[in-house]
Amino acid sequence: MKKKLSMLLAVGLLVSGITACGVKSEGSQANANEIKIGINYELSGGVASYGQSSVDGIMLAIDEINAAGGIDGKKLVPVKYDNKSEPAEAVILANKLISQDKVLAILGPATSGSFKSEVSVAEKKKVPVISGSATADDVTVDKTGKKDYAFRICYTDSFQGTAMANFASQNLSAKKAVIVKDSSSDYAKGLAENFIKTFKDAGGTIVGEEAYVAKDKDFNAILTKIKDLDFDVIYLPGYYEEAGLIIKQARALGIDKPILGADGFDSPDLTSLAGAGALSKVYFTNHYSSLDKDPTVIKFIDDFKKKYNKEPNAFHALGYDLAKFLADGIKRSKSLDSEALKEALASTTDFTGVTGSFSIDENHNPVKAIVIVGLENGVQATAVRSGK
Amino acid sequence: MENFLQQVINGISLGSIYALIALGYTMVYGIIKLINFAHCDVYMLGAYIGYFCMTSLKLGFFPSMVIAMLVCTVIGVLIEKIAYKPLRNATRIAVLITAIGVSLFIEYGTMFFVKANVRAYPEMTGFLAKSFAVGGLKITAQQILIVISTIILMAMLQFIVKKTKVGKAMRAVSLDKDAAELMGINVNSTISFTFAIGSALAGAAGVLVGIYYNSIDPLMGVIPGLKAFVAAVFGGIGIIPGAMIGGYFIGTVEVFVSGYGNSLYKDAVVFAILILILIVKPAGLLGKNTKEKV
Repeated sequence: MKKKLSMLLAVGLLVSGITACGVKSEGSQANANEIKIGINYELSGGVASYGQSSVDGIMLAIDEINAAGGIDGKKLVPVKYDNKSEPAEAVILANKLISQDKVLAILGPATSGSFKSEVSVAEKKKVPVISGSATADDVTVDKTGKKDYAFRICYTDSFQGTAMANFASQNLSAKKAVIVKDSSSDYAKGLAENFIKTFKDAGGTIVGEEAYVAKDKDFNAILTKIKDLDFDVIYLPGYYEEAGLIIKQARALGIDKPILGADGFDSPDLTSLAGAGALSKVYFTNHYSSLDKDPTVIKFIDDFKKKYNKEPNAFHALGYDLAKFLADGIKRSKSLDSEALKEALASTTDFTGVTGSFSIDENHNPVKAIVIVGLENGVQATAVRSGK
Repeated sequence: MENFLQQVINGISLGSIYALIALGYTMVYGIIKLINFAHCDVYMLGAYIGYFCMTSLKLGFFPSMVIAMLVCTVIGVLIEKIAYKPLRNATRIAVLITAIGVSLFIEYGTMFFVKANVRAYPEMTGFLAKSFAVGGLKITAQQILIVISTIILMAMLQFIVKKTKVGKAMRAVSLDKDAAELMGINVNSTISFTFAIGSALAGAAGVLVGIYYNSIDPLMGVIPGLKAFVAAVFGGIGIIPGAMIGGYFIGTVEVFVSGYGNSLYKDAVVFAILILILIVKPAGLLGKNTKEKV
């Protein structure tokens, strides 16, 4: 009863928030020297850290592009909204960006669930939407077929789960794994499925499987149960909000086996929630590592530090690549409309970004390499790149 | 066996938190027959006040907890004076809806000021960062702190209610408000006092949870609030020892369902228990079946 009421109020607040924002963004419409880009991100709520980081990266790239004269003399104008980490709000904002702000394309949201909700709007309104970090397998292609207007520049969960399972069995020589997954997210379920499949194929066994739901805070019960099992690694697909607490509580109970995760771990909040001391023997698959010595990466890190005065994480890098990828598409697009832009994006080949170089395949996914980052005392100590 | 004892420790730490919150629900219900939904948000505010004391004012744990309790006391009394007192003679449903409104107001008002993202409590140092190994068991100093603080606060509460004059007034008002007023008891100040104590306990629970789990957010009160409410109903709503028993029971059940069954069903089991209790013993474990007097 109470939950329902709080949902109602949330929707109410949302609607009032939108009308308030609407007034601001009008007035600057249909300027021939501007290209409007929608930005629909998680700027607050549970996964705010992903959204804020992505947007920081996007803004850095847009500033760079505009400072260099824009695209064929046209400046990129971002129209930015906060979807509060909720798929329902992402849909409302996507509609608003398309119908009211008349944007050429939308960047974001960062998470698969919200992005998938937005894709349904994009398909109807025929406007390209691109995510930098929606990794779920069925984002660009699902049972009903290919999504013509959905693109992403990150690898998929099946690739991520598979890469981590290979890393566990080859690099860590693990034979027995325990899975602790967030059963309330598509992301975690997809990762766990693919990890289990590959790990078993490599001759490993899954000795235990536990689940939790988002917003849980006490994991001592399942961790105590796991502690008694005989295992080599824990695979923990999930977001930093819970993963941080699980790692902290696991280490406090004396579980010192390696803990493996995915790109959901990449947030400074993971360190503050778990405590730097607990973050040793923690490995996660990622899009990028600041330890990379590639010249593109080094330049990006320098520029980023100049603008924001902090170390960039993978979401910053993905956001940066995302805006550059879109700009590249707009530049190659025959005319400035959604149809032509869609064709241009789909035919991207050998785009070079901070998160590696990639081409877009027939399913609108990039073909790119993965990085496995290892943490010691809360800082990145190792980064292993594994093939396309 | 070792595993079992470890789970008991986990259950008691979790149960202590539920018990502390449940006490506030039960006291307010006992005295004005209102389910104060805003109570779980006072708990959340306590966590945030503790957080700001520790980060911005750089205070230690004990001063932060005392400040959080004091500020929550003031907030609790204000909520009562502003939202509930004008409705003293209104229907119960009107007051209940007001309580839901106050709860949502605090949740989303707080979100406006502190943003919706999760914050991590500062890392504890010294004694509070330690953990002890007893046999094969692991007990952290924070778990000990939670259990001991809960027991001390509950003992103080029991003392206030049973041995002091204001406690006597509280019991009198909860038995019969009109008769108590005729006997010269100041009903309004007694009700305020009840809110004050309940809110102070919620504030303490907020800070303890912040330290223990290291993660706070504006909606952190919703689920523990519901569970604590179940605990209060389980023990018999309006009865203080009932809330304590209920809190520990719910905490332990949750841990054992996760530890020996399936962690996904723990919330389902907790609420199934609530339904069973309401069918078998509607007045709760310690509740007496009283006939409605005409």
